[in-house]
Amino acid sequence: MSSAASSELAKPSSARVFLDGMLTSFRSVFALVLIGTYVGVGALAHDYGFSLVWVMVSTVLIWAGPAQVIMISALGTGAALVEIALAVFLSAIRFLPMVVSLLPLLRGPDTRVRDLLTPAHFTAASMWVESFRLLPPLPRERRIPFCNGLAIGFMLSGHIGTLIGFYLAASLPPVLTAALLFLTPMSFLVSTARESVTLANRLALVLGLVVSPLLVHFQIGLDLMWTGLIAGTVAYAVHRLRGALQ
Amino acid sequence: MTSGAMTGDLASYLVLLLVGFLPNEVWRVLGVVIGRGLDEKSEFMIWVRAVAVAVLAAVIAKLILVPPGVRRGAPLGVCRPCRRRERVDRRRPAVCAVVLLKASALRTGIVKITPA
Repeated sequence: MSSAASSELAKPSSARVFLDGMLTSFRSVFALVLIGTYVGVGALAHDYGFSLVWVMVSTVLIWAGPAQVIMISALGTGAALVEIALAVFLSAIRFLPMVVSLLPLLRGPDTRVRDLLTPAHFTAASMWVESFRLLPPLPRERRIPFCNGLAIGFMLSGHIGTLIGFYLAASLPPVLTAALLFLTPMSFLVSTARESVTLANRLALVLGLVVSPLLVHFQIGLDLMWTGLIAGTVAYAVHRLRGALQ
Repeated sequence: MTSGAMTGDLASYLVLLLVGFLPNEVWRVLGVVIGRGLDEKSEFMIWVRAVAVAVLAAVIAKLILVPPGVRRGAPLGVCRPCRRRERVDRRRPAVCAVVLLKASALRTGIVKITPA
């Protein structure tokens, strides 16, 4: 927010661009995906006895559905804090390639590093996918405020979903709460499938869905990390092999 | 530990920072720091991205197969062992509370152990 505010002072039009980005977010399909995801997060948080404010603060600070679901369910079942931190750490690896590939789109010749930290914090599947679709036609100086507005808009959709889920879980019978909780993996699956356009990524997604339950079944520790390394590396190897054959 | 996270006090926000915010944010900051030198089309980045997608797939698979709702006995319970583990986990805070209460009662002298 601070970098958005300071750039608004420098250029009055930035506020308008920021607002444009925010309004655009509500027209994106991801507004619905996020409401669906965070209805699940809100219901989960209520189920495990967390306060509404705590969950909403976690959304602002973490802004990653999978990490929040891991953290809330693990804290709720009494896992060791180190174990939770490690699981969140592993689930967030995807932000490294996301941020790295997003920066060339945002950076102009005189962009300061601190101006990039805000969009980097806002980087998540929703904002990342929509940025690649919406940013290229924009002039470079407008991209960062637009991107920040887009992400803040998405975050608002997330908060709306959290409110709905939290209060629904309080009043619905357990069967329907379970149905709400099912929304989270489904919306992740749809958005990940949507953003996986290359062979390596699609294969990594399918293999990950197969390898992970196997590791869980055989009770192998650190299953998130091993799934990532095994499925990701096999998918990459197939990608290399196909490149060599062509 | 978990009871602190549920009461909504300062400790629960500290837990949020330590196990939620920091391990998550480090990758984004790292992305900004090393992003300048990295070629996003390099083979290394293709591999990193595949690993990232696979980790997310694992998160999805676990949420589907071991839904959080099982702890309430919702009919989505796919695996029995998980449900049994949940039950043990739910009892743990209660056991801790009883032990703590007993310890504090002994210290304050409300309850005295008289040597036989």
